[in-house]
Amino acid sequence: MAYIFQQALNALQLGSIYALIALGYTMVYGILTMINFAHGDLFMVGAFFCFLIAVYLKLSFVPTLLLSMLGVACLGVVIERFAYKPLRNAPRVSAIITALGVGLFLENFTLALSPYPKHIPPLLGNITWTIGSLSVSSLQIIVIVLSLCLMLILDFIVQHTKAGMAMRAISWDKTIVPLMGVSVNRIISLTFAIGTGLGGAAGVMYGLAYPVIDPYMGIMVGWKAFICAVVGGIGNVRGAMIGGFILGAVEIMVAAFFPSTYRDFVAFTLLLILLIVRPYGILGKPQPQKV
Amino acid sequence: MSSIKTIYHNLLAKWHTLTGHKLFWPVFMAAGLAFCIAVDTFDFVDLYLQLILIYVGINIILTVSLNLINGYMGEFSVGHAGFMAVGAYVASLLTVHVCPAGAQNLFFPLAILTGGIVAALVGFLVAIPSFKTRGDYLAIVTLAFCMIVKSVLENIDAVGGPRGLLGMEKLTTLPWVFFWTALSVWVIRNLVYSNFGRGVLSIREDEIASDLMSVNTRQVKIIAFIVSSFFAGIAGGLFAHALQFINPRMFDILKSTDILIMVYLGGIGSISGSIIGAVIYTILLEVLRPIGIWRMVLMPLMLVLLMIYRPRGIMGMKEARMFTPLRDLVTEKLWRQKKKEATDATP
Repeated sequence: MAYIFQQALNALQLGSIYALIALGYTMVYGILTMINFAHGDLFMVGAFFCFLIAVYLKLSFVPTLLLSMLGVACLGVVIERFAYKPLRNAPRVSAIITALGVGLFLENFTLALSPYPKHIPPLLGNITWTIGSLSVSSLQIIVIVLSLCLMLILDFIVQHTKAGMAMRAISWDKTIVPLMGVSVNRIISLTFAIGTGLGGAAGVMYGLAYPVIDPYMGIMVGWKAFICAVVGGIGNVRGAMIGGFILGAVEIMVAAFFPSTYRDFVAFTLLLILLIVRPYGILGKPQPQKV
Repeated sequence: MSSIKTIYHNLLAKWHTLTGHKLFWPVFMAAGLAFCIAVDTFDFVDLYLQLILIYVGINIILTVSLNLINGYMGEFSVGHAGFMAVGAYVASLLTVHVCPAGAQNLFFPLAILTGGIVAALVGFLVAIPSFKTRGDYLAIVTLAFCMIVKSVLENIDAVGGPRGLLGMEKLTTLPWVFFWTALSVWVIRNLVYSNFGRGVLSIREDEIASDLMSVNTRQVKIIAFIVSSFFAGIAGGLFAHALQFINPRMFDILKSTDILIMVYLGGIGSISGSIIGAVIYTILLEVLRPIGIWRMVLMPLMLVLLMIYRPRGIMGMKEARMFTPLRDLVTEKLWRQKKKEATDATP
């Protein structure tokens, strides 16, 4: 029993990181109907910013997290401005290919600058509490609580502020919104900043939880987070959170009860089954095609 | 400036008359095959250069076959490396374990063909979800398929698991690559301009409308996926026997991304574009080898710039005249004439 609780805790930790990244995918998709395939690599850049700040500036945890988030958010806005904005009216596929190209660029640029995996120094003291046969580390609690806080803040921004209202309006109808006096470019930049900032935060937390980072770490995590976003219904903020926790739980449970090499296999097979049963995701609405 | 333009137009016209000649294709094919056989037997070309030519051929097969789904049918498939992996593993297992010793040269085409057929069967399975799901969701299905293939291969110890498979002899020779490349280009080009190919194009333009016009969309999708995955499997088999070593990590999502880049670099919906894209990408990567890892930084940057300034790729839905059937050329000419008359008539 304690084993299951232990694994559930691990699942929460992994799931919250997935959910944070999936939020970036889903927000950008909701507003631009474009899949930002570079998002997984922005997550990786977040982890590298964390490494740089922690090693060279020797800051403590909170400023490191904030600075990394800020750095990744700026990078996201710059990428949007220079790579995606010229393509807003181009065929959708060229935007996707551009995103793939940006992702490859980030990976290989980081690889060219730092060919060896890096080790993030422990920013937080790690205390392990033992309750019965259950062991809980403070790091796990911090990762879970912090991501939940970030998600709540995001949910508040999207649902209860003026900017969030503009975001929802843009994803509803792009042609009417500018007539209502909303600056679409500013809202899109803001969306990118928030989405990629959350990805950066996920990178920092991933770096704390699994301290060895390398330039290619974003690929697999990025694609998996993308799957989370789709499972929850892409474009739906709450769906992305649910999808993240589901995938985290599935992966950890598979690794707990089967050989861990089956992890990807089971996760992706489940995804296929889910897509066949509910092709529009858990919280997504089926969109009938208009003729 | 204008003189350059006239020279260009003269050259283009000469090129068109050359390629339009009815003996052009037979002579070109025979010359190409003869060159490949000569290179293979007399070995007068550097081995490194030969290997690059083999890679160019394999990449052309991959690009042209992916273009059938992504370019002509308008779906977004990212699982091409998965089909390639299936073909590579089946063909390699056959030549390593099944083939009688000494008969490998005869057995090789059969092994490659079997690899292609198994990949086609897998392609049939992937085509089934494409009836209901489209767009991004189909992209995920193919992505998941690619990762499942990789994960399954890593878990089967009989094929080497994550360590990979080796023991293949170097059976991929330039004539075989030329043969399969020419075959794939020929088959897909003829498929695209056949009645069936119109169905494929109509799915790209509007699936519901084509359904209403009595195109059997399910059948068309199945056939397109089967043909595309068949050639991907062939390419995989050739790749495995050129490199003589395969492991599951070679066929992950990065490989699919590579093929996608070649397709979109050359231009979707264009056979000549695919060939140009594959040749340019493969050769550029080799030429830039001296700058090491920075070439991998430069290539995506070029891709992004290309997408911004020419979003449809180099050829971009246009077809070189040598691949277009005469009937289409005449129809297009008549259409242009009519359009010109119409614009002239209205003041």
